[in-house]
Amino acid sequence: MLRFLIRRVLTGLLVIWLISIVVFAIFFIAPPNVAYLLLGKFQASDQQLVAQVTHQLGLDQPIPVQYWNFLVRLVHGNLGYSYYNGEPVTTLIGRALPVTASLAVGAAIIWVISGVLIGVMSATHPRSIRDRLATLFALTGLSFPTFVLGLILLYFLFYKLHIAGLDWFPGGGYVPLTQDPWQWFLHLILPWITLAVASMAVYVRLARGQMLEVLGDDYIRTARSKGLSESRVTFRHALRAALVPIVTQFGIDVATLLGGAIVTEQVFGLNGLGRLSVTSVVNQDEPVIIAIVLLAAVFVVCANIVVDILYAALDPRVRLS
Amino acid sequence: MSVSELSDQPAAPPADDGSTGGVVGRSPWQLAWARLRRDRVALVCAAFILFLVLVAVLADPLSHWIGWSPIEQDRNTGTDANGLPVGPGSIHWLGTDQLGRDILVRLIYGTRVSLLVGVSAAVAAVLIGVIVGLCAGFLGPVVDSILARLMDVVLAFPFLLFAIALVTVIGPSEPLEIAVIAFFSWAAVGRIVRGQTLAIREREYVEAARSLGAGNLRIMVIDVLPNLIAPVLVYVTLLIPVSIVFEATLSFLGVGIIPPTPSWGNMLDDAQQGAMYQVAWWFLAFPAAALVLTTLAFNLLGDSIRDALDPRTERLFAK
Repeated sequence: MLRFLIRRVLTGLLVIWLISIVVFAIFFIAPPNVAYLLLGKFQASDQQLVAQVTHQLGLDQPIPVQYWNFLVRLVHGNLGYSYYNGEPVTTLIGRALPVTASLAVGAAIIWVISGVLIGVMSATHPRSIRDRLATLFALTGLSFPTFVLGLILLYFLFYKLHIAGLDWFPGGGYVPLTQDPWQWFLHLILPWITLAVASMAVYVRLARGQMLEVLGDDYIRTARSKGLSESRVTFRHALRAALVPIVTQFGIDVATLLGGAIVTEQVFGLNGLGRLSVTSVVNQDEPVIIAIVLLAAVFVVCANIVVDILYAALDPRVRLS
Repeated sequence: MSVSELSDQPAAPPADDGSTGGVVGRSPWQLAWARLRRDRVALVCAAFILFLVLVAVLADPLSHWIGWSPIEQDRNTGTDANGLPVGPGSIHWLGTDQLGRDILVRLIYGTRVSLLVGVSAAVAAVLIGVIVGLCAGFLGPVVDSILARLMDVVLAFPFLLFAIALVTVIGPSEPLEIAVIAFFSWAAVGRIVRGQTLAIREREYVEAARSLGAGNLRIMVIDVLPNLIAPVLVYVTLLIPVSIVFEATLSFLGVGIIPPTPSWGNMLDDAQQGAMYQVAWWFLAFPAAALVLTTLAFNLLGDSIRDALDPRTERLFAK
């Protein structure tokens, strides 16, 4: 177990390191003229000033040296300063992280729980009306791009209700959890649904297929013949085995979560990491982009390690070595 | 119901040469084709996709016949007295956008973009995925571990963010968009192909080929690849809708197709700007419907093809 963990953490670090190189390299394919961005058009005509700023930022050094300096700063927990407004990158990320975390965690809880439950329900009643409805939902959900769903939800549940005099759902924005939990919940419910539906569809499909397969196994018949209640057979015996591929899928989905968050935050005007990354890209604010990409990569790698451990916990046949 | 549908096609062994009384032998492909042809959902979807292809090909004559060009701003009848878009009517059949451009014509040209980007990105991704997966699965542990790590790295990329960063640095264009989508889609295919190759290479016929002196390349192309065609066909159909949505997402975020060239994604972005869709529902409804129906059609068709090639798999959309 320990050996497994060490090995996974090491390969994880390798992956993150590779990604950091790629990110760094991308911005040197076509280096944006940072000094011009910082100084503005007027001051940028002063060659001496431009050279001075470039020197201060260390941008006149060779790229490998710049990369090395970046790594050294990174180890010291310093992610640099935004080119755009001079704030420390850690402050910017610290401000945006709670928004994205609220959005992502809430959506993940919704999609995993309801996706698996709907899938189990359709597998235990195959070919019933409920099963048909569930598959229909899975298929349409799968075909709805996140931003289309978000816009449609906003149109009907915010705008149409608002016109009708019912302000049940706010049209966007974010309220911190610590400030007002109820408003936090209200502001996030539409974004949660938006982000959850597409992934939920995948889980319905997966859970249904897995459950149908597992429910035909011998040990389920044994469990039934022992006189166990149907719900106990379904949830304690069958679901546990069916969860293994679902957990694997979750590991894959973590990487797509940030992508979904970018779109959802854009539609609902949430100032999270997704929006921060889009504005930084538009402003060519490299330190911020590099930090966010690295953070996301760390997140994905950690999630995959957790998934591997969960895998072993769910299926005793899997040995971590 | 899929069971009754399949049962009238008794599990005729594909290799049955049918020498007994009037039974005609059919190859697995013929059987699959026969199943697909009887699948009404698949036929409807295929017809819809064919319609989309026709629309995309005939975009120029169609827009000429309708009477507007995709970037033409109709200053007289395209906007109302307040400068707001006008709804569906006799002049603009599906209404206009915030600049008084005809939504129908823009949708038609958007179809062209979506299909072109979606199909070429999916085909490219599957090609790369199959080649890499085949090599990883067949060429032994050293190549395998390198390629598997590579796929891990690509899959661990926060790809949308990366795509945005890349496009902004290089500058948006259609070929770049296709390349970006293909680059972030091949790894998933590669992983699955690798798994199947690992299983196939242990089969007796591979061993037989090897004992006859066949080289790696020959075995990979002649013995292993044909067994991958069926799943690959399914991936292509299922990757196309994913790529179309990817394209629309990039365009929606402003890093895909450059306006004023219309794409479904940047039309939806226009609709979202200033919450324009709230006063002009057609602005949201038609591009959204086009996008959703297209993805739905490809998803359903992909499912049917999978079902026709391997009737044992669980059908997503049992009739």
